[in-house]
Amino acid sequence: MTDAGPLWMRRLLLGLLLAPALLWLFLLIVLPHLDLALVSFRERVAPREYVTSLAQYRTFFIEPLYWQIFVRTAILSVIATAVTLVVAFPVAWTIAKIARGRSAALLFMVCLIPFWVSETVRTLGWMILLRESGVMPALLVKLGLVASPPELLYHDATILVGLVYTSLLFMMVPLVSSLESLDNALIEAAYDLGASGFTVLRTIVIPHAAPGITAGCIVVFMLTLGNYLTPNLLGGTSSQWFTEQIYNQFITRFNWEQGAAFGFLLLALSTGMVWLGLKASGQRFADVMQRA
Amino acid sequence: MIPSLPRPVWLRALNTLYIVAFLIFLFLPLLTVAAFAFNDAPYPAPPWHGFTLDWFFGDEASGRIGLFHDSELLDSILTSGLVAAWVTALSVTVGTTNAFLMERARFPGRQALSVLMLVPLVIPGVILGISILAFASRLAEFADSTFGWDVEFLRPGLPLVVVGQFSYIAAIATLTISARLKRFDRTLEEAAFNLGATRVAVLWHITLPYLRPAMIGSAVIAFLMSFENFNTTLMLVGADTPLTILMYGRMREGATPVLNAVSLFLMVASAILALSLMRRSENKVE
Repeated sequence: MTDAGPLWMRRLLLGLLLAPALLWLFLLIVLPHLDLALVSFRERVAPREYVTSLAQYRTFFIEPLYWQIFVRTAILSVIATAVTLVVAFPVAWTIAKIARGRSAALLFMVCLIPFWVSETVRTLGWMILLRESGVMPALLVKLGLVASPPELLYHDATILVGLVYTSLLFMMVPLVSSLESLDNALIEAAYDLGASGFTVLRTIVIPHAAPGITAGCIVVFMLTLGNYLTPNLLGGTSSQWFTEQIYNQFITRFNWEQGAAFGFLLLALSTGMVWLGLKASGQRFADVMQRA
Repeated sequence: MIPSLPRPVWLRALNTLYIVAFLIFLFLPLLTVAAFAFNDAPYPAPPWHGFTLDWFFGDEASGRIGLFHDSELLDSILTSGLVAAWVTALSVTVGTTNAFLMERARFPGRQALSVLMLVPLVIPGVILGISILAFASRLAEFADSTFGWDVEFLRPGLPLVVVGQFSYIAAIATLTISARLKRFDRTLEEAAFNLGATRVAVLWHITLPYLRPAMIGSAVIAFLMSFENFNTTLMLVGADTPLTILMYGRMREGATPVLNAVSLFLMVASAILALSLMRRSENKVE
C-alpha cells in the first residue's frame, strides 16, 4: 500500500499507520513502565515529599517475608511449568502422531474447549470439588477411605493442580504444532535401526519439538508467575503468591512506591526466565511468540 | 508409536486410559459447576437435594434470588459486555493498521517496533495494570495542578479497564491479522490496479475482504479475553464492577448457586462462540 504514489502521500500513509501503533506502545506500555520505575526508586519522607532512594528494594531484601514469598512463587511456578509439560506431552503426542484425521482433530478440539471458559468459572469448579464441604471429600468419606471430610483446599498441591489446569492449553497448542511437523519416517527409521522408545524420544522427538517445548514453557511460566486468581482462591491465606503482595501494597495499603518495586522485581524474574529459556534453546523471541 | 509401527497392546491400553483420565480432569470442574446450578440447596455443595431452576428464575418471593433477578450480576454482565465491545473494536482496528504497517511499510526501526509489539504479551497482567494505574494517576495530577482540570477517565474505572485490557489484546490481534496479510497474494491487488481500480477500491474490495476471517477471528478472541480478564482489571477497576471481579468477590464470601447459574450461562455462551469460530475456519479450509 505504501510503495506507490507520490512521496507526500506515502509519507502521510506511513504516518497514519504509525500513529496508532506508536500511541499504543508508548502511551500504554513504554511510558507507564518508565513511570513505574521512577515511582519504585523514590521514598516518601513527608506528605507529598519524595526523595530518590533504593529504600523500596532494600525493604524487599531485608524483610524475609517478602523475598521468601518471591522465591516460593518462583519455585512453585517452575514446578507447575514442568508438571504441565509432563501432563500435556502424552496428549499432544496422541493428537499429533497416534490418532488419525478426524479423531485427532476432534480430540484436539475437545481438549481446547474448557479454555474458552473463564478462569473464574474453572476455579469455582475446583472450589466446589475440593473444599471441606465439597464433592471430593464427601466422596472419600462415602468410599470409607477417611472418617471425616478432609479440607483439600488451601494446600500447595491444590494451588499446583489449579495452576497446571489453567496452563494446559498454552502448553498443548505449541506442542501439538511442533510434533505434527515431525516426519514419521525419521521415527520409523530409528526403530528399524534398533533404537528403543526412550532413545527415539531423547534423540529425535525432543530435539525436534524443542521450539514448541520452549514456547509452551515460557508462556506457561509467565502466566503462572503472574497469576492471581488461582493461588488466591485455591490457596486462601496460605497461598503467599507474589502478585498478592503487589496488590496489597498498591490497592490495600496504597503504598505505590513499594508496590512498584515489587512489580519490577516480578517483571525482572519473568523476563529473566524468558531470556534464559530462549538462550538455553537457542531461539529468537519473535519466533517463539509467533509459535505460541 | 506411529500408525505404521507395531505397538504392544498394553501400551495402547495405557495410552487410551491416560487420555480418558486427562479428559475427565479437564471437564470435571466444568461439569461440577454446571450440575450444582440445579441443586435445590442454598450452597453449591453435596449432597444432591433435587432439581430446581430457582437459581435462574427465583425472585425475592421464593427467598432465592436467581440469575435473572440478581440485578447486581446482570449489571456486571452488561458492564463486562460494554468493556469487551470497546476493547474488541479498538484491538481489531489497531491490529489491522499494525498489520499493514508491519507487512507493507518500510521505515527505519521497523524491526525494533515489531519486537516491541510482542512485549505486552510477556508482561504479567498485574504489572500492566499497576503501571497504567500509576501513569494515569500522574497524568491526572498533572492536569489538576497545571490546568485545574479534574480528568475523570484517568481515575480507576471502566475507561482505564478498557485501556489496560487493550494494551495486550491489541498485540494478539496484531499477530493474527499480520499472519494472514503475510500470506496475501499481492498479484490480486496488482491486477485490480491494472484494471483501473483506485487505491481505496482495492483496499475495500480485495484486501479487506481477504483479511475478514482473521479480523472476525481476532474480534471473537479479543471479546472473550476481555470478558474473562481478571488480573489487569483487578488493578484498574472503579465503582462499576465487571463480572469476573464481582464473581471473585462473591466466591471469597462463599456464594449461593446463583454463581453456578451465571457460570453455566458463560459456558454456553463461550461454547457457542468457540464452535461457530471453529466451524468458520473449517469451512474456509474446505
